[in-house]
Amino acid sequence: MATKKFMYVNRKAPYGTVYALESLEVVLIAAAFEQDVSLAFIDDGVYQIAKGQNTDGIGMKNFSATYNALGDYEINKLYVEKESLEERGLTEDDLMPIVWEDEDDDWAEKPSIRIVSRAEMADILADQDVHYSF
Amino acid sequence: MKYTVMVNEGPYQHQSSDSALQFVRAALEKGHEIFRVFFYHDGVNNGTRLAVPPKDDRLLQQEWSDLAKEHDLDLVICIAAAQRRGLMDPDEAKRQGLDADNIIEGFRISGLGQLIEGSIQSDRTIVFGD
Repeated sequence: MATKKFMYVNRKAPYGTVYALESLEVVLIAAAFEQDVSLAFIDDGVYQIAKGQNTDGIGMKNFSATYNALGDYEINKLYVEKESLEERGLTEDDLMPIVWEDEDDDWAEKPSIRIVSRAEMADILADQDVHYSF
Repeated sequence: MKYTVMVNEGPYQHQSSDSALQFVRAALEKGHEIFRVFFYHDGVNNGTRLAVPPKDDRLLQQEWSDLAKEHDLDLVICIAAAQRRGLMDPDEAKRQGLDADNIIEGFRISGLGQLIEGSIQSDRTIVFGD
């Protein structure tokens, strides 16, 4: 089967709507298809990978740990838009330290999160074959 | 051109289903191929046969069903999203021990792999959502 570049564009906060959770469910299923997978986090989507999420008070499942497992599925391109972070008073330090293990480099842990500018994000999006927007 | 279409919102609340329906019709009229239409999130509600809107309004579920029949379309409802929202075909209802099913003719329930496969096989994937 042909390999295509799949981009998952995550635009919404992790709770409040089900988009983020169901986006992640697609990503995990898609991992079995051995395609080139990237995730983009823009607008309120940047909150999906924020540190210290706690859903105790709202009765919803805290699924944030799943992002840390993406590396095990060889999904290690998580692009986060710098301007979206700044507009919300966030920095990279507010995000979970999501990593993947590079088997070609003695399983060294490497960061999956790549902070990119809005202009760079536009170029990255333009370079994909398939976009799923959530 | 070969298209896979993804519909992410239910009927009426959002315009996505109308837009997707109109897109599919227009694409078919122009001679394009619709490889698959995949319904996700609340989009699965486009496949219920139990909607009864006021008489002067459109019945979107029926329009999808009729279009599928006319053009032999593959309309797929995501099973994971459908289970959350109570969309059942007879097999799934039986498997879950439920006393009713509610899927309209022309739709089928299957997995998310159908979406990925559709995008791999098609020239373009078009997402209709919020």
